[in-house]
Amino acid sequence: MTADLVEVRDLAITFPGGTGAVDGVRAVDGLSFTLAAGGALGIVGESGSGKSTVAAALLDLHRGTGARVDGTVRVDGTDVLAAPDHALRALRGGTAAMIFQDPLSSLDPYYAIGDQIAEVHRVHRPGTSRRAARARAVAALDRVGIPDAARRARSRPHEFSGGMRQRALIAMALACEPRLLIADEPTTALDVTVQAQILDLLHTLRAETGMGLLLVTHDLGVVAGSVDEVLVMRGGRAVERGPVGQVLGAPREPYTKDLLAAVPRIETARGGAAALPAPRAALHAADRPAAAPGPAADASAAAPPLLEAAGLRREFGRRGRRTTAVADVSLTVRAGETLGLVGESGSGKTTVGRMLVRLLDPTAGTLHYEGRDIGGLGERALRPLRSDLQMVFQDPVSSLNPRRTIGESVADPLRAAGGLDDAEVRRRARDLLERVGLDPAWYHRYPHEFSGGQRQRVGIARALAPSPRLLVCDEPVSALDVTTQAQVMALLGELRRDLGLSLVFIAHDLAVVRAVSDRVAVMRAGRIVEEGPVDAVYDNPQHPYTQGLLTAVPVLDPQAAADRRARRAAA
Amino acid sequence: MTGYVLRRLGGALIVLFLLSALVYLLFYVAPGDPAKLACGPRCNAEQIRQVREQLHLGEPLLQQYLHFLQGLVAGRDYSTGTGVLHCHAPCLGLSYQNDQPVTTLLASRLPVTASLALGAMVLWLLLGVGTGLLSALRRGGTTERVLTVLTLAGTATPVFITGLLLLMLFCAGLQWLPFPTYVPLTEDPEQWAWNLLLPWTALALLESAKYARLTRSATLETLADDHIRTFRAYGLRERAVIGRHALRGALPPVIALNAIDLGTMFGGAMLTETLFGLPGIGRLTVQSVRTVDLPVVVGAVLGIGAAVVLAGAIADVLYALADRRVTLT
Amino acid sequence: MSDPQESGAWRRLRARPSAVAAAAVLAVLALLALGAPLLSALEGQDPTTYHDQLIDSARGGVPTGSLGGISADHWLGVEPGTGRDLFSRLLYGAQVSLLVALGATVVQVLIGVAVGLAAGFGNRLLDGVLSRFTDVLVALPMLVFAVALTAVVPEEFPRPLLLIVVIGLLNWGGVSRIVRAQTLSLKKLDHVAAARLGGSGPWRVARRELLPALAAPVITYAAILVPSNIVVEASLSFLGIGVKPPTSSWGQMLSTATTWFRADPAYVLLPAACLFVTVLAFTVLGDAVRGALDPRERSRLRVGTRTAGPRPARKQAAAAAPDTTKGAAR
Repeated sequence: MTADLVEVRDLAITFPGGTGAVDGVRAVDGLSFTLAAGGALGIVGESGSGKSTVAAALLDLHRGTGARVDGTVRVDGTDVLAAPDHALRALRGGTAAMIFQDPLSSLDPYYAIGDQIAEVHRVHRPGTSRRAARARAVAALDRVGIPDAARRARSRPHEFSGGMRQRALIAMALACEPRLLIADEPTTALDVTVQAQILDLLHTLRAETGMGLLLVTHDLGVVAGSVDEVLVMRGGRAVERGPVGQVLGAPREPYTKDLLAAVPRIETARGGAAALPAPRAALHAADRPAAAPGPAADASAAAPPLLEAAGLRREFGRRGRRTTAVADVSLTVRAGETLGLVGESGSGKTTVGRMLVRLLDPTAGTLHYEGRDIGGLGERALRPLRSDLQMVFQDPVSSLNPRRTIGESVADPLRAAGGLDDAEVRRRARDLLERVGLDPAWYHRYPHEFSGGQRQRVGIARALAPSPRLLVCDEPVSALDVTTQAQVMALLGELRRDLGLSLVFIAHDLAVVRAVSDRVAVMRAGRIVEEGPVDAVYDNPQHPYTQGLLTAVPVLDPQAAADRRARRAAA
Repeated sequence: MTGYVLRRLGGALIVLFLLSALVYLLFYVAPGDPAKLACGPRCNAEQIRQVREQLHLGEPLLQQYLHFLQGLVAGRDYSTGTGVLHCHAPCLGLSYQNDQPVTTLLASRLPVTASLALGAMVLWLLLGVGTGLLSALRRGGTTERVLTVLTLAGTATPVFITGLLLLMLFCAGLQWLPFPTYVPLTEDPEQWAWNLLLPWTALALLESAKYARLTRSATLETLADDHIRTFRAYGLRERAVIGRHALRGALPPVIALNAIDLGTMFGGAMLTETLFGLPGIGRLTVQSVRTVDLPVVVGAVLGIGAAVVLAGAIADVLYALADRRVTLT
Repeated sequence: MSDPQESGAWRRLRARPSAVAAAAVLAVLALLALGAPLLSALEGQDPTTYHDQLIDSARGGVPTGSLGGISADHWLGVEPGTGRDLFSRLLYGAQVSLLVALGATVVQVLIGVAVGLAAGFGNRLLDGVLSRFTDVLVALPMLVFAVALTAVVPEEFPRPLLLIVVIGLLNWGGVSRIVRAQTLSLKKLDHVAAARLGGSGPWRVARRELLPALAAPVITYAAILVPSNIVVEASLSFLGIGVKPPTSSWGQMLSTATTWFRADPAYVLLPAACLFVTVLAFTVLGDAVRGALDPRERSRLRVGTRTAGPRPARKQAAAAAPDTTKGAAR
């Protein structure tokens, strides 16, 4: 067993500290692993676990950045960390090629894609003529499934779609027939159907070329169908390593178990969110019975409609260059129910959400709140109603004013409403912080002192401050790690139950939507293609688009993942 | 693309139109009697009255402005007491000083200003982009620190100080160069360049500092881009990464800025021309201000404004061409 | 009060030796300018008295004695042609320079912020009108226009005030563009939407969510404006359109020096050095302020997937650059 393709021993990587007194951030701390030739290893972990730092170390991309790298890294026999520059250059792209998370920014915007691939090819095959290198690039593009490769090779990256770009990057990686492909979050920026295509492509290429694969991802579902072995990382160390079926199916370590338990399952019938293990941070959830989210499910059909949208349409841009974000959307939210709104990027779901709370004015269509037409109300007439319709935003960074304390952010709606003295406002804001599982003593702290999950809780507290009846949650958990995601989802479910809220839950993640929704609407290109009770839609989708979407979702069971791959190949 | 260019030029025309109205308003409504100024200090009341009539100063303001616009588009006749003088389109009026059409005056000064601008541009691009690139590549080293100090000094020195020091050194002290006088390129190319060498250098030293800073920051910004990481990860030499990919990304802002600078330069470099005694558009403007020759001042300001606005439009188009990611709207 | 970003900026600013040095130079300069009457009295001179006995009329008016006539009475020598005391003329020149530059900066920032906010916040029509107007203004070659404007204003108008108004009125376009762009991008942030949903009206949103975030870019831009204003004032004086003759100004001295640089080099070097040091100090300080307020300056060395937050568009670098050329005096 001397012929390991990758051998990492006692790897430790420290980044120089910022302004603080600490001598730096230890991103990777004593990590060892091997990867056999032709094997596939997945490195999974939450943000900050050091997984991408490890991937970069395999090509010593840290060289010259000031980071301190200790230990040994061998790739195909080369001692990477000790290799002289020319040997390292030969290794990079020649022996081991890497693909990155964001395929748009990872390609040079100024050159044609074919030229960029040809350039890399010529670096590693110095004798090649320009013409031959170009032909090679076209062949590589053709191989990764770019239609009309000879013509598309002349396009620049911005003329490609996200999935095509990632294919192009993979083509670049293939140009020199490497023995190892390092993929750093290769599908994180992509929609779920495109993600499935890229993962399938990697699978096929691996089978054809016999190259090794090191797949770095935060998504356990992505590794399930793509690798043989999994390494779980946390805080720069290895937590658990083993065959993919064993780690995902019967994990030994508590951390891996927690991680797996937090992943929402597409195949589980609804009630999943409440069935999650009581999250540690959501203190209040612990002493409540972990039952399905209340009677709303049964009552929903009978409950009166709270918000009704009919024929909503929204266009952007001025004449000549108008684009239609939402073409025609009609939906009803009943009191006390959760409506899931799911769709891929660009489907218009966020625009719909913003129109529902009247942050955006509809170009056409009507909006009725409790039977009253609010679609055409002016800002002033709308203000008394504002408190009833609130929103939780996606980005925990930009949704809080960085210059104000979290307590003041929560207190803001109370102050704007007027009628309360300062002490009462503060008292209520503290109560709200406590309600969402934050320490009320943190009132005077600033957003940057908190993690993403905590900031999202602040955002929820602020949305609750005016005592709303409807909460539109726009991708509230998509920027969060999976364990934090589960906690925030549990909190939302609990608040809905306790406060009798109606929720519109917008997300691209089908499993997340299933876990929280009573009914679900599937959006595509500004229209709702399918709508119905959540289990009915997920278990028996009628529209081909929904069907495709559902088969593309990665699942945790490697066997099931293989089945789905076969089904996709057949389709 | 063509649509974008046309739209951008249309926008430029609107800006120019507004500019003309503003300038006209400011100068002809400003205190001081244009008729008195046009006639000269020794005119009596009757002569001033005649001039006022000739210049239509008795008419309402809008009427006057329309006459002015008409002159711009179609030309206009002026009676000069003895006869009628036709001023061809685009007519910006007649100089109070010598009754010459302003357009003719400006045109006669253009070769000087153009010589100054183009020569200086070549120098500042070579010097500025080179310096900026070098300091981006040698960041953290002594070279960068020295270049940063030089660049800062360059930005902090007004052109008349640089020019004076150059004059003191090369004309008065070492006597290597003549005190600049303008020799037309068509007459004697060698003397033309020899005489313009000092003004070019003075201008280039000032401008190149700006370009050095821009090139440096744009290069560093590009070097931090993800695609640079890609090419490093694919084994390209640092030379190729920088020469092909980082520099290419840094070019669009430099090109755009250069178009704008060249445009403003065509409006004349007042300080440089005054200091070195070059009879360009800038010097003409300063002289007209001193003699309160309003038509020339207004004409110069409008002409320069046109050059700048056009340059801005050209810069935008060039930027869009150089950086294809910018959506043309 | 304890705004986390601003206090961090202070710390970063103080940690730069160049910034501290520049601030010290400027403090000394300000003291010299303010103390001009006192210091002149100490020397026993004033800036306007002619000293015919100190210049050599046989050699065309060059100061007698070496180095431009430096003596115990005249610490930095005298002016060629008139024999006026250079030390006190330079001090009074500093007064004009600082007063005009800072005054003009205040005018520029006030107008720029007001117009930029109105454009960024107002409806499409208002934005269109104001932006178009700003375009026209930015298109105006400032120096030319300033030269032209000073020509039509009556002689009686106090010159330093005129310079402040002219420079101030002509070069606020950059500030307003930056404020408008910032307002437009801030408006899109979720916390502003949240404030609207929370029931805040437009004024409340502007006051609480937008204005505090505008401080950093405005301060940064203002810091760059000051040195450029100094150069513009000196340039106008150099062209003979600045302050009126008995009052001294560095630019005016340099203008006179163009006829004396062969005979009396010291007369060129003194005002040139003053101007250079002042502009340099303000430029260095401006650079440091920008660095301290711009979080992007901080290290981007880490190789990782999740560098949070979108990278600012490249277009900004290019769009901001032409604005700084506006003050360029050639």
